[in-house]
Amino acid sequence: MPTFVDPNKCDGCGKCVDICPSDIMHLSNSVFSGRKAYNIEPNYCWECYSCVKECPQHAIDMRGYADFAPLNHKLTVLRDKERNVIMWKIRYRDGTKMQFAFPIRSTPWGSIKPPQEYSQPTNDEMKSQYLSHEPEYLMSGGGLPVPQGGTSKS
Amino acid sequence: MAGCGAAYEARYWGRGLKIVVVEKADIERSGAVAMGLSAINCYMGMRWNENTPEDFVRYTRNDLMGLVREDLVYDIARHVDSTVHLFEEWGLPIIKDPTTGRYKREGRWQILIHGESYKPIVAEAARKAASEVYNRIMVTHLLTDASNPNRIAGAAGFSVRDGTFYVFRAKAVIVAAGGATHIFRPRSVGEGAGRTWYAPWSTGSAYGLLIQVGAEMTQMENKLVVTRFKDGYGPVGAWFLALKAVATNAYGEDYELKYREEQRALYGDYVDAKPFPTCLRNDAMLREIKAGRSPIFIHTERVLDTKEKEELGHEDFLDMTMSQTIVWASQNIDPKKRPSELQPSEPYIMGSHATCSGAWASGPSDISPTEYFWGYNRMTTVEGLFGAGDTIGGSAHKFSSGSFTEGRLAAKAAVMYIMDHADTPTVAEGTVEAVREDVFRPFETYRRGKSLITRGTVSPSFIYPDQGVVRLEKIMDEYAGGWGSFYTTNEVLLNRGLELLGMLKEDMAHVAAENLHQLQRAWELYHRVWTAEAVIRHTLFRKETRWPGYCYRSDYPKLDNAQWHCFVNSRYDQKTGEWSVFTRPYVQLITG
Repeated sequence: MPTFVDPNKCDGCGKCVDICPSDIMHLSNSVFSGRKAYNIEPNYCWECYSCVKECPQHAIDMRGYADFAPLNHKLTVLRDKERNVIMWKIRYRDGTKMQFAFPIRSTPWGSIKPPQEYSQPTNDEMKSQYLSHEPEYLMSGGGLPVPQGGTSKS
Repeated sequence: MAGCGAAYEARYWGRGLKIVVVEKADIERSGAVAMGLSAINCYMGMRWNENTPEDFVRYTRNDLMGLVREDLVYDIARHVDSTVHLFEEWGLPIIKDPTTGRYKREGRWQILIHGESYKPIVAEAARKAASEVYNRIMVTHLLTDASNPNRIAGAAGFSVRDGTFYVFRAKAVIVAAGGATHIFRPRSVGEGAGRTWYAPWSTGSAYGLLIQVGAEMTQMENKLVVTRFKDGYGPVGAWFLALKAVATNAYGEDYELKYREEQRALYGDYVDAKPFPTCLRNDAMLREIKAGRSPIFIHTERVLDTKEKEELGHEDFLDMTMSQTIVWASQNIDPKKRPSELQPSEPYIMGSHATCSGAWASGPSDISPTEYFWGYNRMTTVEGLFGAGDTIGGSAHKFSSGSFTEGRLAAKAAVMYIMDHADTPTVAEGTVEAVREDVFRPFETYRRGKSLITRGTVSPSFIYPDQGVVRLEKIMDEYAGGWGSFYTTNEVLLNRGLELLGMLKEDMAHVAAENLHQLQRAWELYHRVWTAEAVIRHTLFRKETRWPGYCYRSDYPKLDNAQWHCFVNSRYDQKTGEWSVFTRPYVQLITG
């Protein structure tokens, strides 16, 4: 289901161009529609919805791949980074409707503590097999495992 | 994932270092985890005594029919829990069991997450750690030291946005690029060609970059065929493991264990492994399909008896493969009312999933036997060149959390490498110029050839990248075991495939690009062709069928532990243009 863009909503901001992992959302200078986004290569569209989620005008929608998706379906999304929720609306070809909402993050955006703000690792830690925040973040009650003999738990 | 892990960890240990991340797209949504994930498939749960790393080695070893780098797998397993706990602290919502308070298990190794924003969350960590993040720069070449061709000196590439040529000089390089799609003909071929199971922007750069500088590769014959929801390639893990759905043939019969004795005669006691190895599941399904008992169904309608389960089933797709939701919506499939079809995919080459193709790398000093250790964890056979995620071979079942963990391992080792090597490698000026010419040659090819035709895409003097891709896909499908041949090949087919691939390689000098987007596609094609050559050469060399269900050698239909319980490795010599393919011993570290 590659993307398509509503010319009435698209204002050519280019956010979809910036986010597309496949480099297929580009801006066109068409005489007909002006500087608007479109999918230049639907056969490299993974339907990842990155552009759909990013578009501030909600101008981008998805139509299932021509190879196997009959028409008249809809899957729309609203990703809310303030409330950290994603909301999906599905409409089946036969009219069935479904709605789902899921959390996307449990902390505010931008809140990750940079690694350089932790205290400098010691020389012993440098030379050890520990990665950052180990062994505390392993939470295994011991140090770092090394291979032991023994039988399988199953 | 691996790249973000590497950036974070490199900064933790290398506070004063210049750490540069270079990404073909934008790290916010790049790679295989772009749309999100509904589960983390590699988590031990050591804090609750749920599993040990030894158990994980035994599990992956069985799943790979006896062939994994046990040191690399153990190393991932012992560290991955700290990665997952870090993710939770950063804000990845991990689903908990309300009665026990533990992470809710999807399966023995897997936990469920609300993972739509998985990539943006880890990308935030990487941006905070790195000195600079260059997005929209495609790395086309690795660069080696002028005085030592087996030592890394940096990388080169171009801006997909404005065509600037970039040279990154570095004492250590970690490649965390993608494995390969569109090497084999996909099942959907129109617009649907975009719907490969693994990301279409994973174009084998992990292999193409490394092979050319002479890094030793391993298990490139270990192609992956995944059984997923048909066409949309929706994930099956939550359905099989958490919701306990079953698969049957067209007539409602359970087929999975039907062929155990035939399989035992060919593949030995691996048929008794619990859980049943993934490739053997595929093999059973393929036998059923060949017998004419398609479609293969997954009975979602039998397991969605509560609202919670229905939500879990839908979230499984919406968090990570919205295309499958669209298949349901467009075809009026309500999973509560009717089953869905399953289908085995076209083959992929990757290092982080149920298969482990990639670079041959050193393991950690405290675990690896001498055969598998040469100084720095996750360093390839090229000095200073490290890999993580799909780049590294032999290290199966990493998935997202394991790949991020491998990035952390490679980064710490790379920091140690930098500290141990005071001298700085240099790139010869002549090399930089030669690479620049190489990078932009497709523009030149187009400029010279375009006036031979009025307009259109049919030129006698050049091919466009897409034309190269479809030719490659047809060669690999027909000669190297694509879905068209039920994943079957033999020596005669493989040699013919190598002959045709040889001519495609020659035609790579005549790939045309009209613009920067096409130039990116051209370089993706180049990396794919390198990957494909490694795949054919490795498949030729391994004279047995080690992973039925992924690849069959019809001329050597049995698993042969007497001769082939070893790794098949290769090395390309840039000076002579010759490949050498050879074996390396398998060393067992964990009993059982």
